[in-house]
Amino acid sequence: MSSTLIERVLPQKRALTTKPRPSDVAFRSVLNVMSYSSLLILAAIGGFLAFRGFGAFKENGLGFITHAEWSSLVGDNGKEISSFGLGAMITGTLIISSIALVIGVPLSVLTALYLTFYAPERLRRLLVTVVDLMASFPSILYGIWGFIVLSPMATYWAKLIFKYLGWIPFLSVPTPAFDRSPFLAGIVLSIMIIPIVTSVSREIFAQTPLERIQAAYALGATRWGMIRAVALPFGASGVVGGAMLGLGRALGETVAVYSVLNIVFKINWHVLYGYGGNIASMIVQKFGEASFTEKKALLAAGFVLFVMTLLVNMVANTVVSRAVKSGK
Amino acid sequence: MTTASITAKNPVAPRKPWKATKAELIPVVGALALAAILDVVVVAVTPMKGKLAYALLFFIFAAGLQMALKWRNLGRRAAIDSLAGSVAIAGAAIAFTPVLSLLATTVIKGAKGLYPGFFIHDMSVANYQSPLNQGGVVQAIVGTLYLIVLATAISLPLSVLTALYLTEIRGKASGFIQFLVQAMSGIPSVVAGIFIYSALLLTTSLRGSTIMAALALAILMIPTVTRTAQEVLLLVPEDLREAGLALGATQWKTVATIVVPAARNGLITAVILGVARIAGETAPLLFTLGVSNKINWNPFSGGQSALPYYVWSGLGDGTELGIDRAWSGILVLLMLVLTLFVVARIFGTRKVKIK
Repeated sequence: MSSTLIERVLPQKRALTTKPRPSDVAFRSVLNVMSYSSLLILAAIGGFLAFRGFGAFKENGLGFITHAEWSSLVGDNGKEISSFGLGAMITGTLIISSIALVIGVPLSVLTALYLTFYAPERLRRLLVTVVDLMASFPSILYGIWGFIVLSPMATYWAKLIFKYLGWIPFLSVPTPAFDRSPFLAGIVLSIMIIPIVTSVSREIFAQTPLERIQAAYALGATRWGMIRAVALPFGASGVVGGAMLGLGRALGETVAVYSVLNIVFKINWHVLYGYGGNIASMIVQKFGEASFTEKKALLAAGFVLFVMTLLVNMVANTVVSRAVKSGK
Repeated sequence: MTTASITAKNPVAPRKPWKATKAELIPVVGALALAAILDVVVVAVTPMKGKLAYALLFFIFAAGLQMALKWRNLGRRAAIDSLAGSVAIAGAAIAFTPVLSLLATTVIKGAKGLYPGFFIHDMSVANYQSPLNQGGVVQAIVGTLYLIVLATAISLPLSVLTALYLTEIRGKASGFIQFLVQAMSGIPSVVAGIFIYSALLLTTSLRGSTIMAALALAILMIPTVTRTAQEVLLLVPEDLREAGLALGATQWKTVATIVVPAARNGLITAVILGVARIAGETAPLLFTLGVSNKINWNPFSGGQSALPYYVWSGLGDGTELGIDRAWSGILVLLMLVLTLFVVARIFGTRKVKIK
């Protein structure tokens, strides 16, 4: 009797196994598959734009990147004569983004330094929130504000700059026309990249090892001496990465630039002069009335923009994540 | 006896030797006041004029006087330190000035076109040149809400599952996936728009509709939600996961009943931040949304309106009334974004909640 009872209580010896349960197998495989959605989306974007734009690449060859002319006309025989070149738009985009970096990065670094090493605690918390808030403003707000509020001021500043620094070749203008210039678009973009560059730089500066800061002070450094000897060398790579993230944003910004820039298909090196180029805005400008062929060329332009921003962002992210890791 | 007098009610005032005393503050304030006076005088006397001149001269005088003061009292290095401090303050001031201007202008200019009917009427009868007491944005508000709901529905599963992969599975591809998500966050919004156009609209009989625009916006939303969700899931203590597994739960059970509920508030924050990211996007809508001047309840066919699109059209209209309408539209949009921002802050203050 007793032996049967014991037999019943003793559980059957269970085989120890690391084999996951069916629910886990399903869970893990779903996650494994879904995690590749970002790869799929990126590949689809690149693939579709390249596929649709292939005609424009083939027809215009390298000229698609280098030529400044963009025209699509229906000839007498009803056939479409087109020539598509992004030269002016690419140089314009680079010029405007450079202006944005030249103005935006120093301001952002100063702001980040102020927030990390100068601002009182309460003010700092408030201003950090404001920086986040700035990043969440819609780009059309920057566009309309740039067009209505900033534009007259920027024209005035451009005149001043021309008056005193006009002897520098790229600050001269052929005729006094300062409205809707790359300079104005650059200022608007610089304001738009300040939040991202500031927050990345601030994060890096905030990671400066305390013992190095205290060592600098102990050796008799002033606050500026400490910043120059400790914080800036420590944060340099992070600032560079933040600036590149800002560049990535500036390259792809559409609506704000479209609102303030006079887009003309001619390469313009005079930054104060009233026309310029920008790939993203040009796509918006031309799309509405474009023929099928021209639309495909615009998709090819989108592909060029996609590749440019992707490369800049990839390098930027690598630099930033390295800087953050070395800080930890 | 001295110890007896130190009580909770009567504590010894803590000494703060780093705080400036009154004697030290007087010359600083005096220098600033002198700089302001000099500023006004110089602007009045010389041909320089305008806000720019006031700001620039005030900075030069204030920084210069402070420097001179430091140099006299503490020497050259202190003077350079003072200059660096002034430059940092000036840089931050310049960087934050546009925010004030943006907010002030939006409120002042936007309030002009607001009237109760602005939130009730659509633009089917009125156009952009109609007087400001006609027409409104109800169709744009409905459109924006539709876009938010659909884009969230599309992007949320993808984002959360990717974030779970990065935090729970931590497989071999984690680094690569992380890299891709970061790369995705750099996609220009216009590219997302023309991608949907080229993939779904260019060669098909489909026309722009709410769902198309929502697809484009979802592409922009995924990286934001994924990265925030990942940060939040990483904050869930490892002990909780181990406790779940030690109690015999499978990984699926642990994640579904412990990790995700613990991170619930943070995940809500992630979604709200994603929504804030896309609510104001204009460029993708230009290719994918179609046009509508009244409410379209069907998200799968027919054009739709949205707040950013309303602003865009007003700006494109170019007339004074059109731009006034654009300002009112942007005010409504800004209020929406600010609300989202505040709600995200409230949920975000405690990202991980353990009951």
